[in-house]
Amino acid sequence: MAIFLTEASKVIVQGMTGAEGQKHTTRMLASGTSVVGGVNPRKAGTSVTLGDVEVPVFGTVAEAVATTGADVSVIFVPPAHTKAAVVEAIEAGVPLVVIITEGVPVADTAEFFALAQENGVRLIGPNCPGLISPGKSNVGIIPADITGPGRVGLVSKSGTLTYQMMYELRDFGFSTAIGIGGDPIIGTTHIDALAAFEADPETEVIVMIGEIGGDAEERAAAYIKEHVTKPVVGYVAGFTAPEGKTMGHAGAIVSGSSGTAQAKKEALEAAGVKVGKTPSETAALARELLA
Amino acid sequence: MDLFEYQARDIFEKHGVPVLGGVVATTAEEARAGAEQLLGGQPGVVVVKAQVKVGGRGKAGGVKLARSADEAAEQADAILGMDIKGHTVHRVMIAAGAKIATEFYFSLLLDRAERRYLAMCSVEGGMEIEQLAVERPEALARVAVDPRTGIDQAKADEIVATAGFDAAIAPKVAAVLQTLWTVYKSEDATLVEVNPLVLTEDGDVVALDGKVTLDENAGFRHPDHEALEDTGETDPLETRAKAADLNYVKLDGEVGIIGNGAGLVMSTLDVVAYAGERHGGVKPANFLDIGGGANAQIMAAGLDIILTDPQVKSVFVNVFGGITACDEVAKGIVAALEILGDEASKPLVVRLDGNNVIEGRRILAEAGHPLVTLAETMDGGADKAAEFANA
Repeated sequence: MAIFLTEASKVIVQGMTGAEGQKHTTRMLASGTSVVGGVNPRKAGTSVTLGDVEVPVFGTVAEAVATTGADVSVIFVPPAHTKAAVVEAIEAGVPLVVIITEGVPVADTAEFFALAQENGVRLIGPNCPGLISPGKSNVGIIPADITGPGRVGLVSKSGTLTYQMMYELRDFGFSTAIGIGGDPIIGTTHIDALAAFEADPETEVIVMIGEIGGDAEERAAAYIKEHVTKPVVGYVAGFTAPEGKTMGHAGAIVSGSSGTAQAKKEALEAAGVKVGKTPSETAALARELLA
Repeated sequence: MDLFEYQARDIFEKHGVPVLGGVVATTAEEARAGAEQLLGGQPGVVVVKAQVKVGGRGKAGGVKLARSADEAAEQADAILGMDIKGHTVHRVMIAAGAKIATEFYFSLLLDRAERRYLAMCSVEGGMEIEQLAVERPEALARVAVDPRTGIDQAKADEIVATAGFDAAIAPKVAAVLQTLWTVYKSEDATLVEVNPLVLTEDGDVVALDGKVTLDENAGFRHPDHEALEDTGETDPLETRAKAADLNYVKLDGEVGIIGNGAGLVMSTLDVVAYAGERHGGVKPANFLDIGGGANAQIMAAGLDIILTDPQVKSVFVNVFGGITACDEVAKGIVAALEILGDEASKPLVVRLDGNNVIEGRRILAEAGHPLVTLAETMDGGADKAAEFANA
């Protein structure tokens, strides 16, 4: 099963013809992802050979979807063009849009998120590494060779901590590992991923990685208490991060409590989540549950 | 990026938000000239306000009334150079005096949880808004704002109605809220706060004090925002790092940190701090994320900045090779040490894992640099670096 992404997923790449797009599309193909096309209006009708696969380039997302039946789009276009790319994917009816781009203005994200919600489209990101269902499909930039399929579901705000945790638990493998991104507004939250892992028969243990800022982890804790029956292990990065570097004054009013790692840890523990002090301790807690 | 009050005032004025006259001054003489300009030879009052990006400046003595240009110069002289909660006052704003009838509160900000915007408004302004939110939450109207439509006439009417403004002034306030939306939208703000928004005795609605945070990700469509940056208050190492395009935050410990990816670097700081508890209480000296492409130039620039910090006694390089191959990182470290030469004088603990790690470790072992120690794990590396820093 895995979540959001399966072996049946047909993926198009917006921004495939750029350097980053080519590099990562090649990697996605090499890890077994069914990449069915790229989109670039100036190169419509051509194709790009990546590794030993020839990938057709379409002028629009709508054309790519009509021709290939794609149901996932991954976006590698620069920040100034990201909003237009996401809007195009939503309007073409792509149900899952993964936005890798870092540096998207938050107003753009807020606007395309509102549009996605109205159209029932799931966004992942922006500013995220994407997601991998090992052995099935890999969309984004997560290395496919860290580990294989298994029983752990992983959701994280951070890319490299995702890799680190996959590495720590590589002997167990993962159903899906998803990096949801570190921007203030993101399309898929910890809660969305927790709900999907709870419903996924392949996932037995969930590892949730958070970091300072906002109150997503506190909200996830409340959700876990009410709705998640599978064991959850947590990690929060940033206990030693200085105050006031990332948090706005008025933001503290919205979140009610503060955005410190300590508050997040306490909220998760109160919801019955075992929280590790370090990535290795977190992995050890997960191991106990998997043994 | 948080703006100073005077910068917020200028941006408000640019977008038609009613504000009072205000002149920024960095010396007592400039303050006198500013006050003369605002008073225009008439008797009246001006306010001398410390420009610091921290709350509570009034209580700290950073806001004073002056009844003449001479008095404004005296007050400015006293306020300039003051320390307010760790912030040195380098500028004051001379603001025109206002006859205040009533004070209100308004802010518009990101609602991260709901992934839209949130307008907060109260007819009880002037007090600390955090306190109001906790003690009398019913007095603080919270109205969701759709990012696509913003605060139009209907939304402005909804906000003032929810906050409970008198019918007599509601239309005036609603009009001002729409101009504040223009500020939020056209400047790519993530926070616009007015505290207080006031009704003057003359019946005007005026933004008396403003706070604005701008989205740095939107900088590409606001070339004018760069000039608003306050380089004077930034740590010199942070300024240098920014010029080199490095994501660096200065802390006050002894173990320099380099890693890839914000989450992993934050986690590394924590692990080093825990290790420090076993080694004389040493702490991380900085946050430095070199991102995905850890080549020799980036590594050298990062190491250079960290080694310039006189507090640093050891360095921990913690890289998980995802896309980045560890052999490239290892070559980067070797080349960086060559570039730095004698400047590199502190022990360097390196932990590499992930993509091409065997080759990466081999390169470092073969180079055999006397300052470099290889660590097998993140925990082990943190412990070693803390031990070196405590030696």
